[in-house]
Amino acid sequence: MAMVERTPFLNFFTHLILFVGFVFCVAPFVVVAIAASHNLRDVNDVPMSLLPGSDFWVNIKTAWTTADLGPKLLNSFIMAFGVAAGKVIISALTAFSIVYFRYPGRTFIFWLIFVTLMLPLEVRIVPTYAVVANVLSPYQAILDVTGLSWLIEKVSGVQVSLSLGLLNSYTGLVMPLIATATGTFLYRQFFLTVPDELTEAARMDGAGPLRFFIDVLLPLSRNNMAALGTIMFLWAWNQYLWPLLITTDQSHATAVTELKQLIPNVGGIPEWNIAMAGTLIVMLPPLIVVVLMQRWFVRGLIATEK
Amino acid sequence: MEKRVTFSKWRIGILFAVPQLLLIFTFFYWPAGQAVYWSLTLQQPWGGGNIWVGLDNFRSILSNADYWNSITASLVFAGISTGLAMFIALVLAALTDRQLAGSRLYRVVLIWPYGIAAPALAMAFRFILAPEAGFMAVVNQVWPGFWDPGLDGTDAMASIIVAFSWKYVGYNFIFFLAAFQAIPRSLIEAAAMDGSGVIRRFWDIQFPLITPTIFFLLVINITESFQDSFGIVDIMTAGGPANATNLMVYKIYSDGFKGLDYSGAAAQSIILMLLIIVLTIFQFRFIERRVHYR
Repeated sequence: MAMVERTPFLNFFTHLILFVGFVFCVAPFVVVAIAASHNLRDVNDVPMSLLPGSDFWVNIKTAWTTADLGPKLLNSFIMAFGVAAGKVIISALTAFSIVYFRYPGRTFIFWLIFVTLMLPLEVRIVPTYAVVANVLSPYQAILDVTGLSWLIEKVSGVQVSLSLGLLNSYTGLVMPLIATATGTFLYRQFFLTVPDELTEAARMDGAGPLRFFIDVLLPLSRNNMAALGTIMFLWAWNQYLWPLLITTDQSHATAVTELKQLIPNVGGIPEWNIAMAGTLIVMLPPLIVVVLMQRWFVRGLIATEK
Repeated sequence: MEKRVTFSKWRIGILFAVPQLLLIFTFFYWPAGQAVYWSLTLQQPWGGGNIWVGLDNFRSILSNADYWNSITASLVFAGISTGLAMFIALVLAALTDRQLAGSRLYRVVLIWPYGIAAPALAMAFRFILAPEAGFMAVVNQVWPGFWDPGLDGTDAMASIIVAFSWKYVGYNFIFFLAAFQAIPRSLIEAAAMDGSGVIRRFWDIQFPLITPTIFFLLVINITESFQDSFGIVDIMTAGGPANATNLMVYKIYSDGFKGLDYSGAAAQSIILMLLIIVLTIFQFRFIERRVHYR
Protein backbone atom coordinates (compact mmCIF):
# COMPACT_ATOMS: atom_id res chain seq x y z
CA MET A 1 0.00 0.00 0.00
CA ALA A 2 2.60 2.41 1.07
CA MET A 3 4.88 1.42 -1.73
CA VAL A 4 6.29 4.60 -3.29
CA GLU A 5 7.33 3.22 -6.64
CA ARG A 6 5.18 3.06 -9.73
CA THR A 7 5.09 -0.28 -11.46
CA PRO A 8 2.20 -0.12 -13.91
CA PHE A 9 3.44 -3.01 -16.03
CA LEU A 10 3.91 -5.26 -13.03
CA ASN A 11 0.55 -4.24 -11.57
CA PHE A 12 -1.15 -5.13 -14.79
CA PHE A 13 0.58 -8.48 -14.79
CA THR A 14 -0.36 -9.13 -11.17
CA HIS A 15 -4.01 -8.46 -11.90
CA LEU A 16 -3.90 -10.65 -14.95
CA ILE A 17 -2.43 -13.66 -13.14
CA LEU A 18 -4.68 -13.20 -10.13
CA PHE A 19 -7.68 -12.99 -12.40
CA VAL A 20 -6.70 -16.21 -14.12
CA GLY A 21 -6.23 -17.81 -10.69
CA PHE A 22 -9.62 -16.53 -9.63
CA VAL A 23 -11.29 -17.96 -12.72
CA PHE A 24 -9.63 -21.33 -12.23
CA CYS A 25 -10.71 -21.34 -8.64
CA VAL A 26 -14.33 -20.47 -9.26
CA ALA A 27 -14.82 -22.22 -12.59
CA PRO A 28 -15.47 -25.71 -11.22
CA PHE A 29 -18.17 -24.38 -8.88
CA VAL A 30 -19.78 -22.47 -11.73
CA VAL A 31 -19.58 -25.38 -14.15
CA VAL A 32 -21.12 -27.72 -11.57
CA ALA A 33 -23.95 -25.29 -10.88
CA ILE A 34 -24.66 -24.68 -14.57
CA ALA A 35 -24.48 -28.36 -15.49
CA ALA A 36 -26.91 -29.03 -12.65
CA SER A 37 -29.43 -26.72 -14.28
CA HIS A 38 -29.45 -28.34 -17.73
CA ASN A 39 -31.66 -31.09 -19.05
CA LEU A 40 -30.14 -34.38 -20.17
CA ARG A 41 -29.69 -33.31 -23.77
CA ASP A 42 -28.18 -29.89 -23.05
CA VAL A 43 -25.70 -31.14 -20.46
CA ASN A 44 -24.28 -33.50 -23.08
CA ASP A 45 -24.11 -30.83 -25.76
CA VAL A 46 -20.67 -30.15 -27.15
CA PRO A 47 -19.81 -27.51 -26.15
CA MET A 48 -22.13 -27.30 -23.15
CA SER A 49 -23.96 -24.00 -22.97
CA LEU A 50 -22.70 -21.75 -20.18
CA LEU A 51 -26.12 -20.17 -19.86
CA PRO A 52 -28.08 -21.77 -17.05
CA GLY A 53 -30.85 -24.13 -18.09
CA SER A 54 -34.26 -24.37 -16.51
CA ASP A 55 -34.12 -27.81 -14.88
CA PHE A 56 -32.15 -26.90 -11.77
CA TRP A 57 -34.79 -27.80 -9.18
CA VAL A 58 -35.91 -30.90 -11.05
CA ASN A 59 -32.32 -32.19 -11.10
CA ILE A 60 -31.76 -31.30 -7.46
CA LYS A 61 -34.88 -33.21 -6.56
CA THR A 62 -33.89 -36.24 -8.65
CA ALA A 63 -30.38 -36.32 -7.20
CA TRP A 64 -31.83 -35.90 -3.73
CA THR A 65 -34.11 -38.90 -4.06
CA THR A 66 -31.76 -41.10 -6.16
CA ALA A 67 -28.94 -40.91 -3.63
CA ASP A 68 -31.36 -40.61 -0.71
CA LEU A 69 -29.50 -37.49 0.37
CA GLY A 70 -31.79 -36.39 3.22
CA PRO A 71 -30.81 -39.15 5.68
CA LYS A 72 -27.26 -39.25 4.29
CA LEU A 73 -26.73 -35.55 4.96
CA LEU A 74 -28.06 -36.07 8.46
CA ASN A 75 -25.53 -38.88 8.96
CA SER A 76 -22.77 -36.62 7.67
CA PHE A 77 -23.81 -33.93 10.14
CA ILE A 78 -23.88 -36.40 13.03
CA MET A 79 -20.48 -37.76 12.13
CA ALA A 80 -18.86 -34.37 11.51
CA PHE A 81 -20.36 -32.87 14.64
CA GLY A 82 -19.39 -35.91 16.72
CA VAL A 83 -15.80 -35.81 15.52
CA ALA A 84 -15.51 -32.05 16.03
CA ALA A 85 -16.98 -32.19 19.54
CA GLY A 86 -14.95 -35.24 20.46
CA LYS A 87 -11.69 -33.71 19.28
CA VAL A 88 -12.36 -30.42 21.03
CA ILE A 89 -13.15 -32.10 24.37
CA ILE A 90 -10.51 -34.80 24.34
CA SER A 91 -7.72 -32.55 23.10
CA ALA A 92 -8.47 -30.01 25.81
CA LEU A 93 -8.44 -32.67 28.53
CA THR A 94 -5.16 -34.18 27.34
CA ALA A 95 -3.42 -30.85 26.94
CA PHE A 96 -4.56 -29.89 30.42
CA SER A 97 -3.05 -33.07 31.78
CA ILE A 98 0.34 -32.67 30.12
CA VAL A 99 0.66 -28.95 30.78
CA TYR A 100 -0.68 -28.57 34.31
CA PHE A 101 0.62 -31.67 36.07
CA ARG A 102 4.01 -33.18 36.74
CA TYR A 103 3.90 -36.93 36.78
CA PRO A 104 6.24 -39.75 35.91
CA GLY A 105 5.98 -40.71 32.25
CA ARG A 106 4.56 -37.36 31.20
CA THR A 107 7.09 -36.94 28.41
CA PHE A 108 6.41 -40.49 27.30
CA ILE A 109 2.69 -39.76 27.07
CA PHE A 110 3.49 -36.61 25.12
CA TRP A 111 5.42 -38.64 22.55
CA LEU A 112 2.81 -41.40 22.43
CA ILE A 113 0.33 -38.75 21.37
CA PHE A 114 2.73 -36.99 19.04
CA VAL A 115 3.42 -40.13 17.01
CA THR A 116 -0.27 -40.41 16.08
CA LEU A 117 0.17 -37.37 13.83
CA MET A 118 2.50 -39.32 11.58
CA LEU A 119 0.29 -42.19 10.43
CA PRO A 120 -3.07 -41.36 8.93
CA LEU A 121 -6.03 -43.70 9.16
CA GLU A 122 -5.70 -44.58 5.48
CA VAL A 123 -2.48 -46.52 5.95
CA ARG A 124 -3.71 -48.62 8.89
CA ILE A 125 -7.15 -49.04 7.42
CA VAL A 126 -7.37 -52.84 7.29
CA PRO A 127 -6.57 -53.57 10.97
CA THR A 128 -8.57 -50.54 12.13
CA TYR A 129 -11.54 -52.03 10.34
CA ALA A 130 -10.97 -55.29 12.22
CA VAL A 131 -10.85 -53.43 15.54
CA VAL A 132 -14.12 -51.67 14.83
CA ALA A 133 -15.71 -54.98 13.88
CA ASN A 134 -15.00 -55.97 17.48
CA VAL A 135 -13.80 -53.04 19.49
CA LEU A 136 -13.00 -55.20 22.49
CA SER A 137 -10.66 -57.51 20.56
CA PRO A 138 -7.50 -55.73 21.74
CA TYR A 139 -8.59 -56.25 25.34
CA GLN A 140 -9.52 -59.87 24.71
CA ALA A 141 -6.07 -60.39 23.19
CA ILE A 142 -4.42 -58.87 26.25
CA LEU A 143 -6.39 -61.20 28.53
CA ASP A 144 -5.46 -64.18 26.37
CA VAL A 145 -1.78 -63.39 26.10
CA THR A 146 -1.34 -62.65 29.80
CA GLY A 147 -3.15 -65.88 30.70
CA LEU A 148 -5.90 -63.99 32.49
CA SER A 149 -8.67 -65.53 30.37
CA TRP A 150 -7.37 -68.96 31.25
CA LEU A 151 -7.27 -68.03 34.95
CA ILE A 152 -10.78 -66.61 34.91
CA GLU A 153 -12.09 -69.70 33.14
CA LYS A 154 -10.39 -71.99 35.69
CA VAL A 155 -11.68 -70.05 38.66
CA SER A 156 -15.20 -69.16 37.59
CA GLY A 157 -15.88 -71.51 34.71
CA VAL A 158 -16.85 -68.56 32.58
CA GLN A 159 -15.24 -68.34 29.19
CA VAL A 160 -14.15 -64.78 28.54
CA SER A 161 -15.13 -63.62 25.13
CA LEU A 162 -15.40 -59.87 24.83
CA SER A 163 -17.16 -58.66 21.77
CA LEU A 164 -18.72 -55.39 20.71
CA GLY A 165 -19.17 -54.65 17.06
CA LEU A 166 -19.28 -51.04 15.93
CA LEU A 167 -19.73 -51.48 12.18
CA ASN A 168 -22.71 -49.52 10.95
CA SER A 169 -22.87 -47.34 14.02
CA TYR A 170 -22.21 -43.68 14.68
CA THR A 171 -19.75 -44.63 17.40
CA GLY A 172 -17.79 -46.70 14.88
CA LEU A 173 -17.85 -43.80 12.41
CA VAL A 174 -16.66 -41.24 14.92
CA MET A 175 -14.25 -42.89 17.39
CA PRO A 176 -11.38 -43.91 15.08
CA LEU A 177 -11.44 -40.43 13.55
CA ILE A 178 -11.01 -38.88 16.99
CA ALA A 179 -8.03 -41.10 17.76
CA THR A 180 -5.30 -38.76 16.58
CA ALA A 181 -3.67 -35.91 18.37
CA THR A 182 -4.66 -33.04 16.06
CA GLY A 183 -5.75 -30.31 18.42
CA THR A 184 -3.88 -31.54 21.47
CA PHE A 185 -0.91 -29.43 20.47
CA LEU A 186 -3.04 -26.45 19.63
CA TYR A 187 -4.38 -26.48 23.18
CA ARG A 188 -0.97 -27.19 24.63
CA GLN A 189 0.49 -24.11 22.92
CA PHE A 190 -2.38 -22.03 24.16
CA PHE A 191 -2.31 -23.30 27.75
CA LEU A 192 1.40 -22.54 27.94
CA THR A 193 0.61 -18.88 27.27
CA VAL A 194 -1.97 -18.65 30.05
CA PRO A 195 -0.37 -16.63 32.89
CA ASP A 196 0.68 -18.56 35.99
CA GLU A 197 -0.97 -15.91 38.17
CA LEU A 198 -4.37 -17.30 37.18
CA THR A 199 -3.43 -20.75 38.38
CA GLU A 200 -2.03 -19.31 41.60
CA ALA A 201 -5.16 -17.30 42.24
CA ALA A 202 -7.34 -20.33 41.61
CA ARG A 203 -5.30 -22.43 43.97
CA MET A 204 -5.41 -19.70 46.61
CA ASP A 205 -9.20 -19.68 46.32
CA GLY A 206 -9.06 -23.38 47.02
CA ALA A 207 -10.16 -24.43 43.54
CA GLY A 208 -9.13 -27.91 42.48
CA PRO A 209 -7.83 -28.77 39.01
CA LEU A 210 -11.27 -29.61 37.62
CA ARG A 211 -12.73 -26.31 38.83
CA PHE A 212 -9.84 -24.38 37.33
CA PHE A 213 -10.18 -26.25 34.05
CA ILE A 214 -13.90 -25.59 33.72
CA ASP A 215 -14.12 -22.10 35.17
CA VAL A 216 -10.88 -20.56 33.94
CA LEU A 217 -9.19 -22.46 31.13
CA LEU A 218 -12.16 -23.44 28.98
CA PRO A 219 -13.70 -19.96 28.82
CA LEU A 220 -10.29 -18.57 27.91
CA SER A 221 -9.88 -21.05 25.07
CA ARG A 222 -13.13 -20.20 23.27
CA ASN A 223 -11.22 -19.02 20.21
CA ASN A 224 -9.24 -22.22 20.02
CA MET A 225 -12.40 -24.26 20.31
CA ALA A 226 -14.06 -22.39 17.46
CA ALA A 227 -11.00 -22.80 15.26
CA LEU A 228 -10.44 -26.45 16.04
CA GLY A 229 -14.14 -27.25 15.89
CA THR A 230 -14.50 -25.66 12.45
CA ILE A 231 -11.51 -27.38 10.96
CA MET A 232 -12.41 -30.77 12.41
CA PHE A 233 -15.99 -30.45 11.22
CA LEU A 234 -14.76 -29.86 7.68
CA TRP A 235 -12.22 -32.64 7.90
CA ALA A 236 -14.77 -35.16 9.17
CA TRP A 237 -17.46 -34.08 6.71
CA ASN A 238 -15.01 -34.68 3.89
CA GLN A 239 -13.95 -38.15 5.05
CA TYR A 240 -14.51 -40.81 2.45
CA LEU A 241 -12.59 -44.06 2.85
CA TRP A 242 -13.57 -44.72 6.45
CA PRO A 243 -17.35 -44.26 6.11
CA LEU A 244 -17.22 -46.10 2.78
CA LEU A 245 -15.83 -49.16 4.56
CA ILE A 246 -17.73 -49.36 7.78
CA THR A 247 -21.20 -48.35 6.62
CA THR A 248 -22.08 -51.45 4.65
CA ASP A 249 -25.65 -50.86 5.70
CA GLN A 250 -27.22 -47.87 3.93
CA SER A 251 -28.76 -46.46 7.09
CA HIS A 252 -25.42 -45.07 8.29
CA ALA A 253 -23.86 -44.05 4.96
CA THR A 254 -22.78 -40.43 4.58
CA ALA A 255 -23.52 -37.93 1.82
CA VAL A 256 -19.95 -37.90 0.55
CA THR A 257 -19.84 -41.68 0.09
CA GLU A 258 -23.28 -41.73 -1.53
CA LEU A 259 -22.06 -39.42 -4.24
CA LYS A 260 -20.57 -42.46 -5.92
CA GLN A 261 -24.11 -43.68 -6.65
CA LEU A 262 -24.53 -40.77 -9.03
CA ILE A 263 -21.59 -41.55 -11.33
CA PRO A 264 -23.31 -42.06 -14.70
CA ASN A 265 -23.34 -45.63 -15.96
CA VAL A 266 -21.44 -46.66 -19.00
CA GLY A 267 -23.89 -47.02 -21.88
CA GLY A 268 -26.80 -44.71 -22.43
CA ILE A 269 -26.59 -40.95 -22.29
CA PRO A 270 -24.69 -39.98 -19.11
CA GLU A 271 -26.89 -38.16 -16.61
CA TRP A 272 -24.29 -35.53 -15.76
CA ASN A 273 -26.97 -33.02 -14.84
CA ILE A 274 -28.16 -35.26 -11.99
CA ALA A 275 -24.58 -36.09 -10.96
CA MET A 276 -23.68 -32.40 -10.81
CA ALA A 277 -26.83 -31.55 -8.86
CA GLY A 278 -25.83 -34.16 -6.28
CA THR A 279 -22.25 -32.87 -6.25
CA LEU A 280 -23.53 -29.36 -5.63
CA ILE A 281 -25.63 -30.52 -2.68
CA VAL A 282 -22.72 -32.42 -1.14
CA MET A 283 -20.15 -29.66 -1.62
CA LEU A 284 -22.38 -26.90 -0.32
CA PRO A 285 -22.41 -27.50 3.48
CA PRO A 286 -18.63 -27.43 3.94
CA LEU A 287 -18.40 -24.47 1.59
CA ILE A 288 -20.93 -22.59 3.73
CA VAL A 289 -18.91 -23.44 6.83
CA VAL A 290 -15.73 -22.14 5.17
CA VAL A 291 -17.42 -18.90 4.13
CA LEU A 292 -19.07 -18.28 7.51
CA MET A 293 -16.13 -19.35 9.65
CA GLN A 294 -13.32 -18.22 7.35
CA ARG A 295 -11.55 -16.29 10.08
CA TRP A 296 -11.59 -19.19 12.56
CA PHE A 297 -10.90 -21.75 9.93
CA VAL A 298 -7.79 -20.02 8.63
CA ARG A 299 -6.52 -19.26 12.11
CA GLY A 300 -7.12 -22.82 13.25
CA LEU A 301 -5.54 -24.35 10.21
CA ILE A 302 -2.38 -22.37 10.67
CA ALA A 303 -2.27 -23.03 14.41
CA THR A 304 -2.99 -26.78 14.34
CA GLU A 305 -0.44 -27.56 11.71
CA LYS A 306 2.41 -25.52 13.12
CA MET B 1 8.54 -24.34 27.76
CA GLU B 2 7.20 -25.47 31.11
CA LYS B 3 4.70 -24.19 33.61
CA ARG B 4 6.06 -22.97 36.92
CA VAL B 5 2.77 -23.35 38.72
CA THR B 6 1.13 -26.74 38.48
CA PHE B 7 -1.33 -28.81 40.42
CA SER B 8 0.12 -31.18 42.96
CA LYS B 9 -2.42 -34.01 42.70
CA TRP B 10 -0.73 -35.63 39.73
CA ARG B 11 -2.68 -38.84 40.10
CA ILE B 12 -5.81 -36.92 39.19
CA GLY B 13 -3.85 -35.21 36.43
CA ILE B 14 -3.17 -38.47 34.64
CA LEU B 15 -6.90 -39.19 34.57
CA PHE B 16 -7.41 -36.23 32.22
CA ALA B 17 -5.22 -37.95 29.65
CA VAL B 18 -6.95 -41.32 29.98
CA PRO B 19 -9.71 -40.83 27.35
CA GLN B 20 -7.15 -39.84 24.72
CA LEU B 21 -4.83 -42.70 25.69
CA LEU B 22 -7.60 -45.28 25.54
CA LEU B 23 -8.69 -44.04 22.12
CA ILE B 24 -5.24 -44.01 20.61
CA PHE B 25 -4.43 -47.41 22.08
CA THR B 26 -7.60 -48.98 20.68
CA PHE B 27 -7.78 -47.23 17.33
CA PHE B 28 -4.17 -46.32 16.63
CA TYR B 29 -1.49 -48.34 18.38
CA TRP B 30 -3.33 -51.64 18.36
CA PRO B 31 -4.20 -51.52 14.65
CA ALA B 32 -0.70 -50.29 13.79
CA GLY B 33 0.78 -53.20 15.72
CA GLN B 34 -1.74 -55.54 14.15
CA ALA B 35 -0.65 -54.37 10.71
CA VAL B 36 2.93 -55.30 11.56
CA TYR B 37 1.82 -58.72 12.87
CA TRP B 38 -0.42 -59.42 9.88
CA SER B 39 2.29 -58.45 7.46
CA LEU B 40 4.42 -61.26 8.92
CA THR B 41 1.70 -63.91 8.89
CA LEU B 42 -0.70 -65.40 6.41
CA GLN B 43 -4.18 -64.28 7.47
CA GLN B 44 -7.23 -66.18 6.41
CA PRO B 45 -10.12 -63.88 5.63
CA TRP B 46 -13.00 -64.16 8.12
CA GLY B 47 -10.83 -65.63 10.86
CA GLY B 48 -9.69 -69.23 10.89
CA GLY B 49 -6.18 -68.93 12.19
CA ASN B 50 -2.98 -67.62 10.71
CA ILE B 51 0.45 -68.94 9.83
CA TRP B 52 3.75 -67.25 10.55
CA VAL B 53 5.51 -66.61 7.26
CA GLY B 54 8.18 -64.07 8.22
CA LEU B 55 9.01 -61.72 5.38
CA ASP B 56 7.33 -63.81 2.69
CA ASN B 57 4.50 -61.30 2.26
CA PHE B 58 7.02 -58.56 1.58
CA ARG B 59 8.95 -60.77 -0.80
CA SER B 60 5.89 -61.60 -2.83
CA ILE B 61 4.72 -57.98 -2.94
CA LEU B 62 8.08 -56.63 -3.90
CA SER B 63 8.46 -59.17 -6.66
CA ASN B 64 5.09 -58.19 -8.09
CA ALA B 65 5.23 -55.83 -11.07
CA ASP B 66 1.81 -54.41 -10.19
CA TYR B 67 3.14 -53.22 -6.89
CA TRP B 68 6.13 -51.46 -8.40
CA ASN B 69 3.79 -49.90 -10.88
CA SER B 70 1.71 -48.56 -8.01
CA ILE B 71 4.81 -47.13 -6.30
CA THR B 72 5.87 -45.40 -9.51
CA ALA B 73 2.37 -44.05 -10.06
CA SER B 74 2.26 -42.73 -6.48
CA LEU B 75 5.62 -41.01 -6.83
CA VAL B 76 4.73 -39.45 -10.18
CA PHE B 77 1.42 -38.29 -8.70
CA ALA B 78 3.04 -36.94 -5.53
CA GLY B 79 5.85 -35.19 -7.38
CA ILE B 80 3.82 -33.44 -10.05
CA SER B 81 0.77 -32.54 -7.98
CA THR B 82 2.84 -31.24 -5.04
CA GLY B 83 5.00 -29.23 -7.41
CA LEU B 84 2.01 -27.73 -9.19
CA ALA B 85 -0.03 -27.02 -6.08
CA MET B 86 2.88 -25.35 -4.33
CA PHE B 87 4.14 -23.33 -7.26
CA ILE B 88 0.71 -21.95 -8.20
CA ALA B 89 -0.15 -21.18 -4.59
CA LEU B 90 3.19 -19.44 -4.07
CA VAL B 91 2.72 -17.23 -7.12
CA LEU B 92 -0.85 -16.34 -6.18
CA ALA B 93 0.05 -15.62 -2.55
CA ALA B 94 3.04 -13.48 -3.51
CA LEU B 95 0.85 -11.49 -5.87
CA THR B 96 -2.05 -11.05 -3.45
CA ASP B 97 0.43 -9.92 -0.83
CA ARG B 98 1.16 -6.92 -3.04
CA GLN B 99 -2.13 -5.45 -1.81
CA LEU B 100 -3.48 -4.01 -4.98
CA ALA B 101 -7.16 -3.27 -5.38
CA GLY B 102 -9.20 -6.46 -5.25
CA SER B 103 -6.65 -8.47 -3.29
CA ARG B 104 -9.15 -9.12 -0.52
CA LEU B 105 -11.61 -10.77 -2.87
CA TYR B 106 -8.92 -13.09 -4.19
CA ARG B 107 -7.88 -13.96 -0.68
CA VAL B 108 -11.39 -14.97 0.27
CA VAL B 109 -12.15 -17.00 -2.81
CA LEU B 110 -8.83 -18.79 -3.16
CA ILE B 111 -9.45 -20.53 0.17
CA TRP B 112 -12.71 -22.15 -0.89
CA PRO B 113 -11.31 -25.23 -2.65
CA TYR B 114 -9.92 -26.50 0.61
CA GLY B 115 -13.39 -26.93 2.05
CA ILE B 116 -14.54 -29.26 -0.70
CA ALA B 117 -14.49 -33.02 -0.12
CA ALA B 118 -12.06 -34.80 -2.42
CA PRO B 119 -14.78 -37.09 -3.86
CA ALA B 120 -17.06 -34.13 -4.60
CA LEU B 121 -14.40 -32.25 -6.49
CA ALA B 122 -13.40 -35.53 -8.14
CA MET B 123 -16.97 -35.82 -9.39
CA ALA B 124 -16.88 -32.24 -10.67
CA PHE B 125 -13.60 -32.85 -12.48
CA ARG B 126 -14.77 -36.17 -13.80
CA PHE B 127 -17.47 -34.25 -15.62
CA ILE B 128 -15.28 -31.30 -16.58
CA LEU B 129 -12.63 -33.64 -17.98
CA ALA B 130 -15.02 -36.21 -19.51
CA PRO B 131 -14.07 -37.02 -23.09
CA GLU B 132 -17.62 -37.10 -24.46
CA ALA B 133 -19.26 -34.16 -22.69
CA GLY B 134 -18.11 -30.83 -21.27
CA PHE B 135 -15.02 -29.10 -22.50
CA MET B 136 -12.53 -31.75 -23.41
CA ALA B 137 -15.17 -32.98 -25.88
CA VAL B 138 -14.60 -29.76 -27.79
CA VAL B 139 -10.89 -30.55 -28.03
CA ASN B 140 -11.73 -34.09 -29.08
CA GLN B 141 -13.90 -32.77 -31.90
CA VAL B 142 -11.01 -30.78 -33.28
CA TRP B 143 -8.47 -33.51 -32.64
CA PRO B 144 -10.28 -36.85 -32.43
CA GLY B 145 -8.96 -39.24 -29.81
CA PHE B 146 -6.80 -36.61 -28.15
CA TRP B 147 -8.25 -37.01 -24.69
CA ASP B 148 -9.67 -40.13 -23.08
CA PRO B 149 -8.88 -40.73 -19.41
CA GLY B 150 -10.96 -43.90 -19.58
CA LEU B 151 -8.55 -45.51 -22.02
CA ASP B 152 -5.31 -43.59 -21.81
CA GLY B 153 -3.27 -43.98 -18.62
CA THR B 154 -1.46 -40.68 -19.02
CA ASP B 155 -4.74 -38.80 -19.45
CA ALA B 156 -6.12 -40.53 -16.35
CA MET B 157 -3.04 -39.58 -14.33
CA ALA B 158 -3.31 -35.99 -15.57
CA SER B 159 -6.97 -35.89 -14.47
CA ILE B 160 -6.30 -36.93 -10.89
CA ILE B 161 -3.31 -34.59 -10.69
CA VAL B 162 -5.46 -31.66 -11.80
CA ALA B 163 -8.15 -32.45 -9.23
CA PHE B 164 -5.71 -32.94 -6.36
CA SER B 165 -3.62 -29.86 -7.19
CA TRP B 166 -6.73 -27.73 -7.50
CA LYS B 167 -7.72 -28.54 -3.93
CA TYR B 168 -4.24 -28.08 -2.46
CA VAL B 169 -3.63 -24.74 -4.17
CA GLY B 170 -6.27 -23.41 -1.79
CA TYR B 171 -4.68 -25.05 1.20
CA ASN B 172 -1.14 -23.93 0.40
CA PHE B 173 -2.35 -20.45 -0.41
CA ILE B 174 -3.52 -19.93 3.19
CA PHE B 175 -0.12 -20.80 4.60
CA PHE B 176 1.88 -18.85 2.04
CA LEU B 177 -0.23 -15.77 2.52
CA ALA B 178 0.17 -16.00 6.30
CA ALA B 179 3.93 -16.33 5.84
CA PHE B 180 4.13 -13.33 3.50
CA GLN B 181 2.06 -11.22 5.82
CA ALA B 182 4.32 -12.07 8.74
CA ILE B 183 7.23 -10.35 6.98
CA PRO B 184 7.59 -6.84 8.39
CA ARG B 185 6.47 -4.29 5.83
CA SER B 186 9.27 -1.96 6.89
CA LEU B 187 11.83 -4.48 5.68
CA ILE B 188 10.40 -4.46 2.19
CA GLU B 189 9.89 -0.72 2.14
CA ALA B 190 13.49 -0.13 3.21
CA ALA B 191 14.69 -2.29 0.35
CA ALA B 192 12.40 -0.40 -2.03
CA MET B 193 13.94 2.88 -0.85
CA ASP B 194 17.35 1.46 -1.61
CA GLY B 195 16.13 1.02 -5.15
CA SER B 196 15.77 -2.75 -5.34
CA GLY B 197 13.01 -3.88 -7.66
CA VAL B 198 10.06 -6.09 -6.94
CA ILE B 199 11.65 -9.27 -8.25
CA ARG B 200 14.93 -8.56 -6.53
CA ARG B 201 13.10 -7.98 -3.26
CA PHE B 202 11.23 -11.23 -3.63
CA TRP B 203 14.39 -13.29 -4.02
CA ASP B 204 16.53 -11.46 -1.49
CA ILE B 205 14.02 -10.82 1.28
CA GLN B 206 10.72 -12.58 0.97
CA PHE B 207 11.77 -15.94 -0.40
CA PRO B 208 14.40 -16.70 2.29
CA LEU B 209 11.89 -15.75 4.97
CA ILE B 210 9.19 -18.08 3.71
CA THR B 211 11.42 -21.12 3.25
CA PRO B 212 10.21 -22.64 6.55
CA THR B 213 6.68 -22.53 5.15
CA ILE B 214 7.79 -24.06 1.87
CA PHE B 215 9.47 -26.85 3.78
CA PHE B 216 6.45 -27.43 5.99
CA LEU B 217 4.03 -27.50 3.06
CA LEU B 218 6.26 -29.84 1.12
CA VAL B 219 6.01 -32.40 3.92
CA ILE B 220 2.26 -31.96 4.28
CA ASN B 221 1.51 -32.02 0.53
CA ILE B 222 3.52 -35.14 -0.13
CA THR B 223 2.03 -36.96 2.86
CA GLU B 224 -1.48 -35.93 1.83
CA SER B 225 -0.87 -36.99 -1.76
CA PHE B 226 -0.32 -40.49 -0.43
CA GLN B 227 -3.64 -40.64 1.42
CA ASP B 228 -6.06 -37.85 0.52
CA SER B 229 -5.82 -39.05 -3.07
CA PHE B 230 -8.01 -42.04 -2.25
CA GLY B 231 -11.37 -40.35 -2.85
CA ILE B 232 -10.17 -38.73 -6.06
CA VAL B 233 -8.93 -42.02 -7.48
CA ASP B 234 -12.00 -43.96 -6.40
CA ILE B 235 -14.41 -41.53 -8.05
CA MET B 236 -12.41 -40.53 -11.11
CA THR B 237 -10.52 -43.61 -12.29
CA ALA B 238 -10.91 -46.50 -9.80
CA GLY B 239 -7.22 -47.20 -10.32
CA GLY B 240 -7.53 -47.63 -14.06
CA PRO B 241 -7.08 -47.79 -16.93
CA ALA B 242 -4.78 -50.82 -16.69
CA ASN B 243 -3.58 -49.82 -13.20
CA ALA B 244 -2.22 -46.50 -14.45
CA THR B 245 -3.68 -44.67 -11.45
CA ASN B 246 -3.63 -47.52 -8.94
CA LEU B 247 -1.89 -45.44 -6.27
CA MET B 248 -0.52 -47.16 -3.16
CA VAL B 249 -3.41 -46.24 -0.89
CA TYR B 250 -5.93 -47.38 -3.47
CA LYS B 251 -4.13 -50.67 -3.98
CA ILE B 252 -4.17 -51.33 -0.22
CA TYR B 253 -7.91 -50.81 -0.27
CA SER B 254 -8.60 -52.94 -3.33
CA ASP B 255 -6.27 -55.79 -2.33
CA GLY B 256 -7.44 -55.79 1.29
CA PHE B 257 -11.17 -55.25 0.94
CA LYS B 258 -11.99 -56.40 -2.54
CA GLY B 259 -9.34 -59.13 -2.86
CA LEU B 260 -9.57 -60.09 0.84
CA ASP B 261 -5.78 -60.39 0.92
CA TYR B 262 -5.31 -59.05 4.46
CA SER B 263 -1.67 -60.08 4.75
CA GLY B 264 -0.70 -58.51 1.44
CA ALA B 265 -2.61 -55.33 2.27
CA ALA B 266 -1.00 -55.21 5.71
CA ALA B 267 2.48 -55.59 4.21
CA GLN B 268 1.67 -52.79 1.77
CA SER B 269 0.46 -50.62 4.65
CA ILE B 270 3.75 -51.18 6.45
CA ILE B 271 5.70 -50.15 3.36
CA LEU B 272 3.55 -47.05 2.94
CA MET B 273 3.95 -46.16 6.62
CA LEU B 274 7.73 -46.53 6.34
CA LEU B 275 7.73 -44.46 3.17
CA ILE B 276 5.82 -41.64 4.87
CA ILE B 277 8.07 -41.78 7.92
CA VAL B 278 11.26 -41.86 5.83
CA LEU B 279 10.08 -38.98 3.64
CA THR B 280 9.25 -36.93 6.70
CA ILE B 281 12.61 -37.61 8.35
CA PHE B 282 14.50 -37.09 5.10
CA GLN B 283 12.86 -33.75 4.55
CA PHE B 284 13.55 -32.73 8.12
CA ARG B 285 17.21 -33.66 7.91
CA PHE B 286 18.17 -32.53 4.45
CA ILE B 287 15.84 -29.76 3.56
CA GLU B 288 15.56 -28.11 6.93
CA ARG B 289 19.28 -27.43 6.94
CA ARG B 290 18.91 -25.06 4.05
CA VAL B 291 15.95 -23.35 5.58
CA HIS B 292 16.30 -19.99 7.26
CA TYR B 293 14.48 -19.70 10.51
CA ARG B 294 13.94 -16.32 11.98
